[in-house]
Amino acid sequence: MKRSVVAVAVLGLGLSLAHAQETVVRLGSVAPLTGTISHLGKDNENGARLAIEDANAKGVTIDGKKVRFELLGEDDQADPRTGTTVAQRLVDADVKGVVGHLNSGTTIPASRIYNQAGVPMVSPSATNPTLTRQGYPGVFRTIANDVQQGGMLGKFIVGSLGAKTVAIIDDRTAYGQGLADETEKAVKAAGGKVVAREFTTDKATDFNAILTKIRGVKPDAIFFGGMDAQAGPMLRQLKQLGIEAKFVTGDGGCSPEMIKLAGDAINASAYCSMPGLAIDKMPGGPEFRNRYKARFNTDVQIYSPYAYDAATAIIRAMQAADSAEPSKYLPALKKSNFQGVIGTVAFDDKGDIKEGAVTMYQYKNGAWSPM
Amino acid sequence: MEIFLQQLVNGLVVGSVYALVALGYTMVYGILGLINFAHGDLVMVGAMVALQTMLFLMGAAPGMSPLTMLTLSLAVAIPVCMMLGYTMERLAYRRLRNAPRLAPLITAIGMSFLLQTIAMILWGRNYHTFPQLVSTAPLQPVAGVFVTPIQVTIVVGSALIMAALIVLVTKTRLGRAMRATAENHRVAALMGVDTNLIIALTFVIGAALAAVAGVMYASNYGIAHYGMGFMPGLKAFTAAVLGGIGNLGGAMLGGIVLGLVESFGAGYIEHMTFGLLNSSYQDIFAFIILGLVLIFRPTGLLGERVSDRA
Repeated sequence: MKRSVVAVAVLGLGLSLAHAQETVVRLGSVAPLTGTISHLGKDNENGARLAIEDANAKGVTIDGKKVRFELLGEDDQADPRTGTTVAQRLVDADVKGVVGHLNSGTTIPASRIYNQAGVPMVSPSATNPTLTRQGYPGVFRTIANDVQQGGMLGKFIVGSLGAKTVAIIDDRTAYGQGLADETEKAVKAAGGKVVAREFTTDKATDFNAILTKIRGVKPDAIFFGGMDAQAGPMLRQLKQLGIEAKFVTGDGGCSPEMIKLAGDAINASAYCSMPGLAIDKMPGGPEFRNRYKARFNTDVQIYSPYAYDAATAIIRAMQAADSAEPSKYLPALKKSNFQGVIGTVAFDDKGDIKEGAVTMYQYKNGAWSPM
Repeated sequence: MEIFLQQLVNGLVVGSVYALVALGYTMVYGILGLINFAHGDLVMVGAMVALQTMLFLMGAAPGMSPLTMLTLSLAVAIPVCMMLGYTMERLAYRRLRNAPRLAPLITAIGMSFLLQTIAMILWGRNYHTFPQLVSTAPLQPVAGVFVTPIQVTIVVGSALIMAALIVLVTKTRLGRAMRATAENHRVAALMGVDTNLIIALTFVIGAALAAVAGVMYASNYGIAHYGMGFMPGLKAFTAAVLGGIGNLGGAMLGGIVLGLVESFGAGYIEHMTFGLLNSSYQDIFAFIILGLVLIFRPTGLLGERVSDRA
């Protein structure tokens, strides 16, 4: 008994000695790891994790000390209230920066907590414009926002698809509603007519009632602002109800998962938009995809390249400022300018990514193909 | 008119599944006074086990007819759910039978989390495509109403199962023992009824219904997910309360009514309120009806027929 206590003590001493020269810097990652879009949440966390493992493997020195980064992954369940709770938990755990959250609905309330604590955050996927318009200095995102995306969608639906009448559905989340509103504006601006505006939730699987209503007004195109978990089943039900309108959705539905879930209901009249470039067109895309697959044994869903670059931006800013203290490295983060997986990562004065491109995709031969 | 009929079909299909799940809630409540919140997750387990079986069969015996495959997967999913239902009762609820009512209720919520989390570990976080062995391609539309074979199967299948259950409860020896146990399990025990067995069987039958409902639900929407049991579970619970919890006929009626209210609610709420409310109030609509029914009939639509409960 006594001997084992000694052994543990020696072991503990050994461990602490091994770490003596290393400073541990904690970064947070928040995304829904349970619930309907947990596959996207895990994807984000994996992206951030890969960036941190790369930095640790390369070896980072800040202020003369060797630094080891540690990722604290939290689950916000895509729920705004849980989002603020875990944000507070990360602040209490003394994280120096946060990659997240995934949803606009959780990111916006959480950003207030990070702002109060002075912890910079970079969201890889929250696209609602409000996020960067609250006047918080430490809020950034690596993805184009919904003003840019909605504008593109509206032009595409009316201009390229030639739709005169459009039905718009959203899932009542900050993301879905925000994108649907921006798209509605852009459709009207392009001369299209919005003939129906319907709503569902981010937990629904049955859309027959609202789709039946939409069938009554016979739109040329249907736009859905929401995630793949709803968009897939929605497309199946469109087919079951004999609706032949073109189906357009935003980045939330622009995943391989969406194609899987839609089954044989998906065809060339399904389109989606994605901020940024196709993963094959991203400068570091193909390489990232292979490394990701090798490390996590699963495919990139949507946002992990953005999460990777978000984490990289924070780490690079710390190196540039030679400090892991938020107040010291924040100016360097603002001035970020590097070649990431997604292309050039640089922020405008609000914290939005500069030149956020939006690409339209069409379903072709079992995959989304960029148009 | 065409839209009205289509909404009627939509409501009936959803309502049939709610009714089937609601029966499980109401049977357990009738006999134990316990709301088994884990019941919705049995729906998920049923669908997941069936999915696993289908995937296995597709690999092991390609070219098997869809009907055989569906029957075999049900033949695996139903017993697995039955065993799970029995295990829950035996390990958790039986020990709490004489505890204050809150204890089994909280345990049931814990059970629900447990099942979901285990399923998440076993089957992962991703959505799975559920093979649609019964066709989902719409049949020739009649009067502009689109109906798919799977929808017909769901409505007819649930009706048959519910009829069988009514016969079981009202006409058989087992049913009489169930009714006696529901009435008063101590007295029933004195009369020679093995109440432990009867209560266990109630759980087992409810679990079998949940398994069937799970396969129907997943086949209709073509997806399965570890969290898929939560919403239908919640709705079915609402349906059971709406119909009068503890009452078999009430659960069926409640399920169908809730399905119809949801579907017509989403379809017509905008016209009925002159554009004031829209389909984002779809669920509120269902709960308003529930509130009204409970205010004017606190025991639910059919709640007074306590002698009928199982």
